[in-house]
Amino acid sequence: MALVGASGAGKSTLLALLAGLDLPTSGQVWIDGTEITALDEDARAQLRAERVGFVFQAFHLLPALTALENVMLPLELAGHGDARAVALAMLQRVGLGERAGHYPRQLSGGEQQRVALARATVTRPPVLFADEPTGNLDTVTGEAICQLLFELNAETGTTLVLVTHDTQLAARCQRVLTLHAGRLD
Amino acid sequence: MRAIRLGLRMLMRQWRSGELGVLLLALTVAVGALGGVGLLVDRIERGLRAQATEVLGADLRLQSPQPLSADYAVAALQQGMRVSRITSMLSVVLYGDVTQLANLHAVADGYPLRGTVRVTDAPYGAPRDVRGIPAPGELWADSRLTVALGAQVGDLLSVGSAQLRITRILVSRPDQGTGFSELAPSLLMNDADLAATELLQPGSRASRAVLFGGNESQVAQFALWIAANKQPAERLRDLREASPEVANAATRATRFLLLASLASVLLGAVAVAMTARRYVQRHLDVVALLKTLGASRRFAFIFSLAQLLLIAALAIVLGSLMAWLAQAWLLQLLQPLLAVQLPSPALRPLLPGVAAAVLLLCGFALPPVLQLARVPAIRILRRDMDAPAAAMTLAYGPAVLAIVAMILQVTRDWALAGWFTLGLAGSVLLLAAAAWLLVRSVGRLRGGVGVAWRYGIANLARRRGSSVVQVIAFGLGLTALLLLAVIRGDLIESWRASLPASAPNFFFVNIPADKRDGFVQQLKTDGAEPSRLWPMVRGRLLAINEQPVQGRSFPTPRGDGFARREQNLSWSAQLGEGNRVIAGRWFEPADAGKPLVSVAVDFQEALGLKLGDQLRFDIAGETFDVTVASVREVKWDSLQPNFFLVFAPGLLDATAGTWMTSARYPPAQAAKISALVRAYPSVSVFDMQDLFDQLRAMIDKAVLAVQGVFLFTLLAGLTVLLAAVQSSRDERRYESAVLRTLGARSATILQGVLVEFGALGLVSGLLAASIATAGGWLVSSNLLDVPYRPDLRLWLGGVGGAVLLACLMGWSSTRRVIREPPLGVLRDP
Repeated sequence: MALVGASGAGKSTLLALLAGLDLPTSGQVWIDGTEITALDEDARAQLRAERVGFVFQAFHLLPALTALENVMLPLELAGHGDARAVALAMLQRVGLGERAGHYPRQLSGGEQQRVALARATVTRPPVLFADEPTGNLDTVTGEAICQLLFELNAETGTTLVLVTHDTQLAARCQRVLTLHAGRLD
Repeated sequence: MRAIRLGLRMLMRQWRSGELGVLLLALTVAVGALGGVGLLVDRIERGLRAQATEVLGADLRLQSPQPLSADYAVAALQQGMRVSRITSMLSVVLYGDVTQLANLHAVADGYPLRGTVRVTDAPYGAPRDVRGIPAPGELWADSRLTVALGAQVGDLLSVGSAQLRITRILVSRPDQGTGFSELAPSLLMNDADLAATELLQPGSRASRAVLFGGNESQVAQFALWIAANKQPAERLRDLREASPEVANAATRATRFLLLASLASVLLGAVAVAMTARRYVQRHLDVVALLKTLGASRRFAFIFSLAQLLLIAALAIVLGSLMAWLAQAWLLQLLQPLLAVQLPSPALRPLLPGVAAAVLLLCGFALPPVLQLARVPAIRILRRDMDAPAAAMTLAYGPAVLAIVAMILQVTRDWALAGWFTLGLAGSVLLLAAAAWLLVRSVGRLRGGVGVAWRYGIANLARRRGSSVVQVIAFGLGLTALLLLAVIRGDLIESWRASLPASAPNFFFVNIPADKRDGFVQQLKTDGAEPSRLWPMVRGRLLAINEQPVQGRSFPTPRGDGFARREQNLSWSAQLGEGNRVIAGRWFEPADAGKPLVSVAVDFQEALGLKLGDQLRFDIAGETFDVTVASVREVKWDSLQPNFFLVFAPGLLDATAGTWMTSARYPPAQAAKISALVRAYPSVSVFDMQDLFDQLRAMIDKAVLAVQGVFLFTLLAGLTVLLAAVQSSRDERRYESAVLRTLGARSATILQGVLVEFGALGLVSGLLAASIATAGGWLVSSNLLDVPYRPDLRLWLGGVGGAVLLACLMGWSSTRRVIREPPLGVLRDP
């Protein structure tokens, strides 16, 4: 599903509400059968750890951790027993098995976003939120990342919620919702 | 556990960012300063106690005019203690047909149990320490006795019925006492020869003492046992009786060391607070990301806490090591003047350092970390979302509590801690107000200056909160440093001034009134300038306000001593040097001949006297009733002749008084002194050169130790600077990239930064110099009891140094960032 709209239309706010990063002043938000608006902050965090993945425009990798450790992070937070092996397999899946020991600053933008993709999908969450995942990348790299995103989406059977400016990218989604000044058309 | 693991893993890789290193340094210096000074003060205190026991020549001393039972010694030996004894009496000694009255001290093996005997090879020669006592058949006579008799080392003297050979010249014994209580020259001989002299007959006047030595617990137990078992006439003396003047300089030094260590800790607190701020700023995104990925608030808190705790643990280990090394080094300087083997340092004094590290972290770093855990996950999408602001009590309460707790712990003195806290709070308020005024007023200047100036001024005004915090931190650090520099200077100056190289090295007592002028003339002929002449007469206190003092007991042993013993009395129209009247008034010309007396505050306190009290004295068989007209504070360490009791001029003129004076003889004048002693046999000559040389060496060493501790404070001050530089680096990095993208030259940016920091430095420096001046006056006059002298260098150095340091700080925080290509910075802010 793609969420499109002009700058300031409220795409990121909606994404934040959907992921339980923020709370609406009124109304309810449900994820995968759970009403997250009824949960406290820690319970919402717990829910994200188990059922939600994130990809950001600015990658948001932890600079102090290696690529492998960044991918291991959600597994560790969810209490996964074999985080290292699973994370390494995921890195290999995104084509970065050789660069597992590198730090974010040693990776290109495309590589960093691939690590972020691996991190977002490694727990096989039912929902994956992507906020302008190609916004910081050039066209060719952006295309490659999109390709990988859709592949992973298909492999893991995740619901992908994609926020984007890019109408071409949006067109590849099964459903496109447009936001205008805070309202869905 | 997962949070701890993640926290530690990230910690290891974050050194690059710098603030953790500064945090570690700040904590390490605080632990090191407190621990080092703690160890040092602990050992100095124990050293002082040991030094106090030297005055007794033992840890305990049981004295009696009567023979003492052997049971005491047997009991002590059974406890594993060391025992010796000394018998003292006045007797005439003969060399050929020359006679001289002398104090005989017969000592047994082991004497002295504390302290050392010093001897020399020829009268008034260079002294040295000696172990052991004169062998049987030998004696060590002092210079006065030897010269008075016209004898030499190797000559035989008749002591009672025994013939003893002079083998050394006695210079000093540890238990000879201060003051001029022993007017006759003295000699040291072996206890084994005492019987052969046949001087000890029933009824002969002698003072006997058994000396005991042992470790602290043995001494404490044995003292209790003796107190319960001794005869009424027997007097037990322990270190509590040690003269309080001895400890004066050391107490001042200890206070200075404590203040210095406290300043280091406060500087550490400033650095910790600043680095904690930056730590939180840098971790906002990390925590937001962790929360987005599903971390709970607790996880985020433990994650941050684990990092801080590891740093604290590391700081405690490193700081304690630093403390250990520092005290070992400082003690190596001090050891020679303690003159006793100190027990190895205890671990306990390190605890305040450990506690300081924990307190600093809890007070200054924990609240922001708690705050950090409350960063909303939404920040990952919206950068402007910070953690919700904490309540004032949570943000500042722990810090204030931590500081007060630490001040109390270090000073162990409510009054001192109260003053310190008040001063600190006042300084913070003053600095905050001045900084606020600065940022308010500079905004108005923006119109009429160039671009660099406008940029600098704009920065000051825009980062209003940060500017205020920087002025407070920098100002406090400077104040602590300047204040310590002032006090340190005053302290060292007053030590040195109390013992100038021109201080008199010989004291002359018992100068007969009719020989006075001739004697003074002789001193002048010898090239020695005599100081002021004082009349002196011995007298005994009989009654206070008609109440006889005999049989009355006073609050302190000192009071008993004043009431029991004969005192040296003097009279004068002029107040003595280093004396200050603190109650009543000094004698006026109209008081001549009136029955008035001025008492030293020591005497007044020990006997509980007040102005107007009537004192009755027996002076050479005549009774005098006098009124207390004034109380004087006396600088006993001024090395000038001083008296507890000074009568109004004219009143005692008729008594058979003698005169005393002091003079400085050029070195190596042994022959002239010997001649003087022979020419005026009744004058008692006291050679103070050796004592003063020792004191001077002691002062030099103590000065070195004080400088050593000051180094800690300097180190802590540098840490604050580092922390300040670190605190705004990220922001400057970004700003400079934007400015350069817009075409600003590096020089323009640097100029702007220099304007900004220069203004901060100027305000901080001016305030720090003012506060340090006020504080220096307060501390010097109230706590350290040394005179305060205002110093222009404090202002020049303080303000100039502050501006220079601040500019240096700004330059170093900007220098590197303006070399980075702007694009990289803008992409990865």
